[in-house]
Amino acid sequence: MLRYSLKRLFSLMISLAVASLVIFSVVEIAPGDPASYMLGVNAQPDTVAALRAELGLDVSRPERYLSWVAGMLQGDFGTSYTYRTPVAEMVKDRLWVSLPLALYALTLSTLIAFPAGIFAASRRGKTGDVVVMGSTQLGIAIPNFWFAMILVLIFAINLRWFSAGGFVGWENGIWAGLHSLTLPAIALALPQASILARVMRSSLLDILGEDFMRTARAKGLTRKQALWRHGLRNALIPVLTIIGLQFSFLLAGSIIIEQVFYLPGLGRLVFQAISARDLIVVESVVMLLVFAVIVVNFVVDLAYAVVDPRLRTRT
Amino acid sequence: MTRNLIIGAALSSLVVLAAVMSFVWTPFDYAALNIPDKLQPPNPTHWFGTDHFGRDMFSMIMVGSRTSIAVALVAVGIGMAAGVPLGLTAATRKGSWLDELIMRGNDLVFAFPSLVIAILITAVFGAGAINAIIAIGIFNIPVFARITRGAALSLWEREFILAARVSGKGAARISVEHILPNVANLLIVQGTIQFSLGILAEAGLSYVGLGAQPPTPSWGRMLADAQTMVSFAPHLALIPGSAIIVTVLGLNLMGDGLRDWLDPRLRVARS
Amino acid sequence: MSLLKIDTLSLSIAETPVLRDVSLSVEPGEIVALTGESGSGKSMTALALMQLLPDRSQTSGMIELDGVSILDQSEAQMCSIRGKSIGMVFQEPMTALNPVKTIGDQVMETVLIHQEMAPAQAKTHARNLLNHVGLPEDRFPLSRYPHELSGGQRQRVVIAMAIALRPKLLIADEPTTALDVTTQAQILRLLKSLVQEFDMGLVMITHDLAVVAEMADRIVVMRQGEVVETGPTKHLLANMQHPYTRMLFDASRHQVDLPPVPPPEPLLEVRNVVRDYRLPRTRLFHHPGHHRAVDNVSFTLQRGERLGLVGESGCGKSTLTRAILGLEEVQGGEILLNGSPVYSGTKPDLSVRRKMQVVFQDPFGSFNPRHRVDRLITEPFHLLETKPTGSERSDRIAEMLTAVGLSPDDATKYIHQFSGGQRQRIAIARALIIRPELILFDEAVSALDVSVRAQILDLLADLCQAYDLTYLFISHDLSVVRSVTDRVLVMKGGQIVEQGETETVFSNPSHSYTKSLIAAAPVLPDPDSLRRSIEHV
Repeated sequence: MLRYSLKRLFSLMISLAVASLVIFSVVEIAPGDPASYMLGVNAQPDTVAALRAELGLDVSRPERYLSWVAGMLQGDFGTSYTYRTPVAEMVKDRLWVSLPLALYALTLSTLIAFPAGIFAASRRGKTGDVVVMGSTQLGIAIPNFWFAMILVLIFAINLRWFSAGGFVGWENGIWAGLHSLTLPAIALALPQASILARVMRSSLLDILGEDFMRTARAKGLTRKQALWRHGLRNALIPVLTIIGLQFSFLLAGSIIIEQVFYLPGLGRLVFQAISARDLIVVESVVMLLVFAVIVVNFVVDLAYAVVDPRLRTRT
Repeated sequence: MTRNLIIGAALSSLVVLAAVMSFVWTPFDYAALNIPDKLQPPNPTHWFGTDHFGRDMFSMIMVGSRTSIAVALVAVGIGMAAGVPLGLTAATRKGSWLDELIMRGNDLVFAFPSLVIAILITAVFGAGAINAIIAIGIFNIPVFARITRGAALSLWEREFILAARVSGKGAARISVEHILPNVANLLIVQGTIQFSLGILAEAGLSYVGLGAQPPTPSWGRMLADAQTMVSFAPHLALIPGSAIIVTVLGLNLMGDGLRDWLDPRLRVARS
Repeated sequence: MSLLKIDTLSLSIAETPVLRDVSLSVEPGEIVALTGESGSGKSMTALALMQLLPDRSQTSGMIELDGVSILDQSEAQMCSIRGKSIGMVFQEPMTALNPVKTIGDQVMETVLIHQEMAPAQAKTHARNLLNHVGLPEDRFPLSRYPHELSGGQRQRVVIAMAIALRPKLLIADEPTTALDVTTQAQILRLLKSLVQEFDMGLVMITHDLAVVAEMADRIVVMRQGEVVETGPTKHLLANMQHPYTRMLFDASRHQVDLPPVPPPEPLLEVRNVVRDYRLPRTRLFHHPGHHRAVDNVSFTLQRGERLGLVGESGCGKSTLTRAILGLEEVQGGEILLNGSPVYSGTKPDLSVRRKMQVVFQDPFGSFNPRHRVDRLITEPFHLLETKPTGSERSDRIAEMLTAVGLSPDDATKYIHQFSGGQRQRIAIARALIIRPELILFDEAVSALDVSVRAQILDLLADLCQAYDLTYLFISHDLSVVRSVTDRVLVMKGGQIVEQGETETVFSNPSHSYTKSLIAAAPVLPDPDSLRRSIEHV
């Protein structure tokens, strides 16, 4: 188990290193010089040069890459071109909106999908299965930002159960915070829950056909007991992969959903930065998102080993 | 068994038909402003109503379907054109440095959510349909590479591939002659799924202003425009939303139906 | 009163009749073998006993276990019978256990599901059971997972689960078919001793008549869902009444007439061949280890000879086969066909390759399902400088299909339209179409029913005469190798431990491994000597 974890950790490091290199290179090939862009067309050459030095743009590319990475390792993401404030500070508050939103949605998605998938699998071909599968088919087809608009229309504008947008802030208590994230989380979660429920169902159905399920029945277990004791844990293995992938979808999806609900998250920050061509902010936020996704996948890899003993002993 | 296929194909061809037809005929000029008739709900003249500039929603939906289909189709094309050869090559040299390189590269693209790639690309190169296509297409490459490699690897273990090798055929020839036809079904099914995901992704990008730029109509941007008016003109949101849902639902049903229909195990059972 | 009594049991699945009027009985301590070819309904009979039939099954007739009518039990009542009164052992030990639970948990589960028991007590019980089936504590703690055990060891775990509550009846469905012959002998011995010890009834389902003859007290022969003949083993073997039974036994004992071997002239020379596989790196900066699959193997195959290569799974015979076919590079030694090396880097030497073809085991996997038969069997034309076209091509196809006992019209069909035996004929046609000198048979008849197998073996003997062929016959099945080869090589751990004339090796083995292999293989008794022994009693 330790060797397996270390191996995964090693590949996590490599992924992060390569990802940072890719992001840095893409931003580097961007046309235009940030300093001249910030100062406008009429700026004096020496003012531009001074600003370039201030932003750290006057050194060679490898040096800049290394100092960028070294900075990030210490929590320093550089200085925003437009706001002249440290990116880390801008990101910090917003991270506390986007990350909880993605996790909230992931929790909802799992809580909906597991029972739905298990229910459908245990009633294969019957009405319950057809209804669940039909609704998941619809759920997958719904764009989450559109669903968010409809939720706002119904629950915020007509019923007034929730506010139509904005975020109250965690300082008003965890419940108030969660309350203002509930509609966005539902909008994000439902399409993903549909996918997850389908994976859960088909994974369970695959397992039901396995030889060891017949062995379990031959021992005297009822259908239900066999499903819970032997089927579920095995069926979880492919489901875990999807949960890992979903986190990255949800994190990215929250960027769009934030637009619908006017949430002060990473998404808003990124779009403001794009329109101001504040590339250092874009670069840092993208790196942060990729970092989150890679770390979640690492956690999923570890979860695999907990579920599946075969991985623990294999190299 | 093929009910999904029939419904799915019917819905999908409806959308394709609308897209093709929009080149020769739309009820109104999709770009013509007509402020006096603005925000009309659906009625006999304007079947889907009008927007805040009085433009005919039906015509906009028809023309917008072109954008959706074009972006998703080209993105799937990019994914297949690059992903399938990569997957086939990786499978012929399992465990080699080439295989490792291809698969690790794929892992890396998977680590970037597609939307994040899109954001990076548009931030650097500017928003627009072409960049949206590239962003979605890049994300499709590992999907097709992975599925092709997985299926090809299990085929390479099969005895009919050994028989072909005994007949002196090389890896490239076997890949084209034996492997590709046997993974084609899988690719068709995955293709329809990626197509529908592409439609959703394009809508999302256009919604946040990173997709097709005005005046090209696009379903996602129609939704963005609708957002502030949804409380008094819900049809502005409902209609483009339904267009997306119908298209994606149709493609997914078709994918499911095709999978069942093309599955040789099920086909043997039928015959 | 019998322990188990089945009377006029009929079964249909989705309106298709599967069993018709099956009747049989089992006494306590008795081993009853259900035998027959595929599709005879023997496994369905077992599943009917357990009431674990597929959906849309309909049964009629009577099954009585110890006075309890099985068919009248509710599902809940069946759950308390399964595992407690009836235990079951399955064919595939590799997949019969839950991969994510320890063997201890899985054995304990049988006990805990039927009885209230403290966890510590259940643990002790599971420990005793595993000891009992030959899995001692020091090497097989309860915390082991299935993937850490071999096939034979997993089958022992399955048996421990099945006998945990000392059921009155044990059902074993092809319990040793997936195992090597020496492991098979051990498992059969274990089952037999358990039956005696617990006074259980054992219903043993197997297609292998030699196993039947060695194990069973009574035999039930089935064909297409019906019982054709039943009786005490010795008596039935000595006086087979039904023609199907006789056919089955004759086919199992089938000896083919091989043409004489021409004077020696080397065709295939294998000299000091070594094949290493790289093992995955266990530590980052350590050199990865090697697994030596083939270790310094040398032999010569003479032109016109039929040579056998036997060994258990993992002995290296498949690896050697691939090396001979020139599909993989060897790390030492050389393989020459007619004096030229078979391996020539990434670009195959067609002039060598065209002298050699192969027939594989799996009649379902050896053909591309998307091609028609004509395209399938002409694939080796790729090895020729000028590929036959037009009427020459269709003539060759027709000739080959006729030669293997099929019709020229079959050329336009797809592979799924043929039975397993027909597919093996098509595989032979494909191997034969470019008139090679050497054909390798890699377990080529192992997946076939005995009657079909006998026909294919006859066909091979005929073809070898008609086309002047040399055979290399790779198999784990000793009886098949014995019947179709002139000389045999015995392989173990990557090495050839013994070689010689087939009859000499089988009747008088010299190496201890060959001896144990032959001793472990069950043999069919000769009916004449059986008849005499019964008359003497």
